[in-house]
Amino acid sequence: MSLQIIQDNIDIEPTNQKIVYDTKDLNLWYGEEQALKNINFPIYENEVTAIIGPSGCGKSTYIKTLNRMVELVPIVRISGEILYRGKNIFDKAYKEEELRTKVGMVFQKPNPFPKSIYDNIAYGPRIHGIRNKKILDEIVEKSLRGAAIWDEVKDRLHENAYGLSGGQQQRICIARCLAIEPDVILMDEPTSALDPISTLKIEELVQELKQNFSIIIVTHNMQQAARISDRTAFFLSGEIIEYAKTDKMFSNPSDKRTEDYITGRFG
Amino acid sequence: MKYVNAAQVQKKLNTRLSINKLAKSLFLISILFSLVVLVILFYRVISQSLGWIDLQFITSKLSTVAENAGIMGAILGTLWLMVVVAPITLILGVGTAIYLEEYAKKGRLQRFIQTNISNLAGVPSIVFGILGLTVFVRGFELGNIVLAGGLTMSLLVLPIVVVASQEAIRAVPGYLREASYGMGATKWQTIKNVVLPASLPGILTGAILALSRAIGETAPLVVLGIPALLIPLPDSIFDKFTVLPMQIYYWTLDSALVAEYANLAAATIVVLLLILFLMNSIAIIIRNKFQRRF
Repeated sequence: MSLQIIQDNIDIEPTNQKIVYDTKDLNLWYGEEQALKNINFPIYENEVTAIIGPSGCGKSTYIKTLNRMVELVPIVRISGEILYRGKNIFDKAYKEEELRTKVGMVFQKPNPFPKSIYDNIAYGPRIHGIRNKKILDEIVEKSLRGAAIWDEVKDRLHENAYGLSGGQQQRICIARCLAIEPDVILMDEPTSALDPISTLKIEELVQELKQNFSIIIVTHNMQQAARISDRTAFFLSGEIIEYAKTDKMFSNPSDKRTEDYITGRFG
Repeated sequence: MKYVNAAQVQKKLNTRLSINKLAKSLFLISILFSLVVLVILFYRVISQSLGWIDLQFITSKLSTVAENAGIMGAILGTLWLMVVVAPITLILGVGTAIYLEEYAKKGRLQRFIQTNISNLAGVPSIVFGILGLTVFVRGFELGNIVLAGGLTMSLLVLPIVVVASQEAIRAVPGYLREASYGMGATKWQTIKNVVLPASLPGILTGAILALSRAIGETAPLVVLGIPALLIPLPDSIFDKFTVLPMQIYYWTLDSALVAEYANLAAATIVVLLLILFLMNSIAIIIRNKFQRRF
């Protein structure tokens, strides 16, 4: 697969939009196995960027590289650069803890802490030194409203988060993420463990959130990508095959493999 | 041709079912054996102690006159011993567990340390007595005071706390740690705010089991020279002391001279068993109460 062909399928039309993440020649290995090959593409501000592809194609690995969570695995090796708003995130000087306050993450399985709802949301601000109760109260309310779950939990903030349903727990996780006032929100298959109604609520939430945040969402569900994203990247076997505005990707894909995947011939 | 046909199955069926029943009976017999031994033990001890356990027995000091003797000294000594053992084992034990689980790089050195700690649990307790005598009683010139006994017993039961804490920490699901790191928390912040609170029930259970072991062990204290004599009741960790197991030991030894000592020993055994039973029940309650957290 020559570099030229890949470049042709990365749709970068001239645009006024700012680039939030610019990935350059990213390669990643788990020990001897290469999981990401020559990834090159920009992600834009205030958009929902979907990453789709079959199981094992590297999409989860990629999104976890964006906030350096993939490096928690000891045998990981990375080459290349990822520029977050112009700064290379792999720079020795750039602390992971700092990056992760600007880039939040929501995981596939809802993972609230076994603490009260209030303490879950206040966790992030407290970690970063905010102790004033009034300020914390304000942040908690603002985040829960931002995740469209304030009305449901406002009377039971001090109950354990585990008492909530799966869909509610996931919205608590989103609120927890919002509490540290990030710039980018990474979502790794956030609705795959949820029922259709909760999924719908979260999809609506994502559309609202993109006004103030940049959202990158990995999804196994192509229809979801088509519904909610502005641009889509198609990954296959660790490579990025195509990247284009969602409308174009789904109506007129450039690469045959993209077309095959989207029409369900494999995956 | 079908091999596993109806005839084949029939041929072996009765034998297999009989062996199945036999296995169940064998295992039942082994548990019955243990229960019978336990019942005989309890019966002997309780029948010998009847009439000898009362408030006067628990609150009095020692006396050579059997009717007046009491175990207040031994009870206080046991409590003071716990005062030393509990903080030392918790701090050292949990600290070791945190290092091994969260910070140590998995490799040969870590495996070496791990193996040594597990092996420590198998060292005969009397060896710790010799260690304590050499290092604490004579080396540090502490003498046979509570502090020396406490330090020795702490070393003895430390592996229990380490292993229980390690398992509790390991049981904390990775996705909780991920959630914490994902928000920009440092490793220590994640340990302090997520891992330790979640592993606390397991750590506490380990600590209580370690304490129960510490107050029941006699051999190391014999080597340290802990007496069971008429000494003043201990007031601090720098006082001489005696403990319930020692009391049992000496009364049993001297029961050849004074027959009633056997009854006193039996009564002390009952008190010690009750204390141990209580502690273990608390450990089980804690474990059950926090079981279904995840």
